[in-house]
Amino acid sequence: MKEEKKVSLTKRKFLKTFMAGAAAALLPLAKAESAVRDFDMEDFLQKNFREMTPDEVKKTLKRLEEKYKKKYGKDFVVKGTPARENVSFAYGLNLSKCIGCRRCVYACVKENNLSRAPHQIHYIRVMRFKKGQGIDFENSEHYYEAAKVPEPGYFYVPVQCQQCEKAPCVKACPVKATWTEKDGIVVVDYNWCIACRYCMAACPYMGRKFNWAEPQIPLEELNTNTHYLGNRPRMKNVVEKCTFCIQRSREGKYPACVEICPVGARKFGNLLDPESEIRQIIETKRVFRLKEDLNTHPRFFYFFHS
Amino acid sequence: MKFISFIGGAIKEIFKGGKLYYSWVAFLLIIIAFAARSYIHQLDQGLIVTNMKDQVSWGLYIANFTFMVGVAAAAVLLVIPAYIYHFHAIHEIVILGELMAFSAIVMCLGFITVDLGRPDRFWHIIPGLGILNFPISMLSWDVIVLNGYLIINTIIPFYLLYKKYVEQEPNKKFYLPFVLLSIPWAVSIHTVTAFLYNPLPARPFWNAAILAPRFLASAFCSGPALILIIFQLIRKFGNFKIQDAALFKVAEIMAYAMFFNLFLFGAELFKEYYSGTIHLAPMEYLMQGLHGHNALVPWIWTAIVFNVSAFVIFLLLRNIRSIVLLNIGCVLIFCGVWIEKGMGFIIPGFIPDTLGEIYEYMPSSTEVMVSLGVWALGFLIYTLLAKVAIAIDTGRLRYNKQ
Repeated sequence: MKEEKKVSLTKRKFLKTFMAGAAAALLPLAKAESAVRDFDMEDFLQKNFREMTPDEVKKTLKRLEEKYKKKYGKDFVVKGTPARENVSFAYGLNLSKCIGCRRCVYACVKENNLSRAPHQIHYIRVMRFKKGQGIDFENSEHYYEAAKVPEPGYFYVPVQCQQCEKAPCVKACPVKATWTEKDGIVVVDYNWCIACRYCMAACPYMGRKFNWAEPQIPLEELNTNTHYLGNRPRMKNVVEKCTFCIQRSREGKYPACVEICPVGARKFGNLLDPESEIRQIIETKRVFRLKEDLNTHPRFFYFFHS
Repeated sequence: MKFISFIGGAIKEIFKGGKLYYSWVAFLLIIIAFAARSYIHQLDQGLIVTNMKDQVSWGLYIANFTFMVGVAAAAVLLVIPAYIYHFHAIHEIVILGELMAFSAIVMCLGFITVDLGRPDRFWHIIPGLGILNFPISMLSWDVIVLNGYLIINTIIPFYLLYKKYVEQEPNKKFYLPFVLLSIPWAVSIHTVTAFLYNPLPARPFWNAAILAPRFLASAFCSGPALILIIFQLIRKFGNFKIQDAALFKVAEIMAYAMFFNLFLFGAELFKEYYSGTIHLAPMEYLMQGLHGHNALVPWIWTAIVFNVSAFVIFLLLRNIRSIVLLNIGCVLIFCGVWIEKGMGFIIPGFIPDTLGEIYEYMPSSTEVMVSLGVWALGFLIYTLLAKVAIAIDTGRLRYNKQ
């Protein structure tokens, strides 16, 4: 009697352990199952943005608005505003004025719904250089922390996507998920990117950022005024980048970084407009572009003027 | 009818085997199962479970991919003497070499797939269904040459084996064009893979014209090294005759290839160090460490020691025909080139990054596990294919015997 009980106990114990083990092994299957449940057929079958008819674009934008409403419980506007005629954007950055305060970095994060966690995305990186050493990236400080800027003995160079006319990233993409728009902005169709990250290897300016995980943004900080090619919420494992705040600039507004800059170091405008500030800068100042020897022809001009 | 019998016979053959065979297959299946688990985890969480970052956006997966393309390309080494010069000793083993190219390409595609963040959008790359950015994107060229190579290396060995199975003379007019095509094609897969990295001015470490020749030279060492070891295993366990003469013939070619590999590496070192521009930084990081960061230094020096010793060993083999020495050389070359063409090539491309930041990358446990899984998958495919090929070649598995 006693013996039998013992046996059945061990048996039960064995079964229990075995079941637990089996359950543990099957755990990822549950994950796979949830992935199947979350699978969105319309997302899956969606065409490349540039191949959509105007009608399909409209439908897609509407579908996304509904999708985001469901996901975030907020009313989103997802625009598809096309490039305006006779507009060719360019950017100017006055290095004499920049104080390295990084306000542009954070204004950009908010405006463009950049991931805050578990990985942080910044489109703009401000680097600190020792005076007298020139722009020597290898000896620059990316993570300087200063109680007060500007610090004596240093100068600052912010870098973001340079919106190259001959963009190496666009050339690299194997599926045409990224391209240059008529107004010069290099954009990404987040729904078409296969995440091979070849564009990231090709970019000489660290202009491209990757969503290594599902991007997380505090609900109250979500910007619901969005553009399909710009700041609409992204998904995990896709590439994104600065778009000169396409959702703003295509409506005649300044990008967020230009607007926030406390010292007026950042300039933006239409190259084709002879009266525009950016045209004045290019015509009257000595401008230069980063890594000019690579022949990428950036639309991002640096200059000095105090 | 004959074809169904061919497939049926092959499947039956796969399940026939001794204890050793079964434990080997079970071992591979277990690794694949664990890797699948890690891969599902990666799909669920995103690529954040790897140690890749914006600064180092390719890692162990692409390193393995690059190395395996070389192994696949090296199959051509056996094809050239066998078909063109009718070197008989190699003729017997050429099918095994081609099946190896087949398995290696499957592994390449496997490594690309696990590296892809959105495998669900894989169809975007298929011409007709999606958009292949051909001929602008070098990656689109790679898609074409790799899949083309896969098809060629499916047709030749499977056709020859089938003909042997039904005991018919293979039609030379049918298969010889594919054989001839496979030779430039093998060169092309590794050249195009070098051209993925080579034309990126953003990455001075890769932006060297010497890259494609270096890739070919190292592939012509590492691929045959693996082939020589596997052939000896097949000879031992598979009851399949492979003459020593064939092994030493391949070893001779490897000695020349290793000489070129070391020479080209030296040429690159000279250029970078003597000119000493800012483009020296990645090479410095690799060879001696940069600003106190030196994670790759022990790796690359191991590779250099291995490659140089292997070269000396292969020179000695001309006079000392020792199989043990040959095997030591093969292992050294295989490990040496894996480091040099894998981690030692991909990672310094990203360090320092294009804005001068240094992020030191070492693969995460997930990356290691998933990579092991792809390796195991390749070995499994090769084991099963070789099992059937040997059974047919030795006459054990034939249509008339079914």
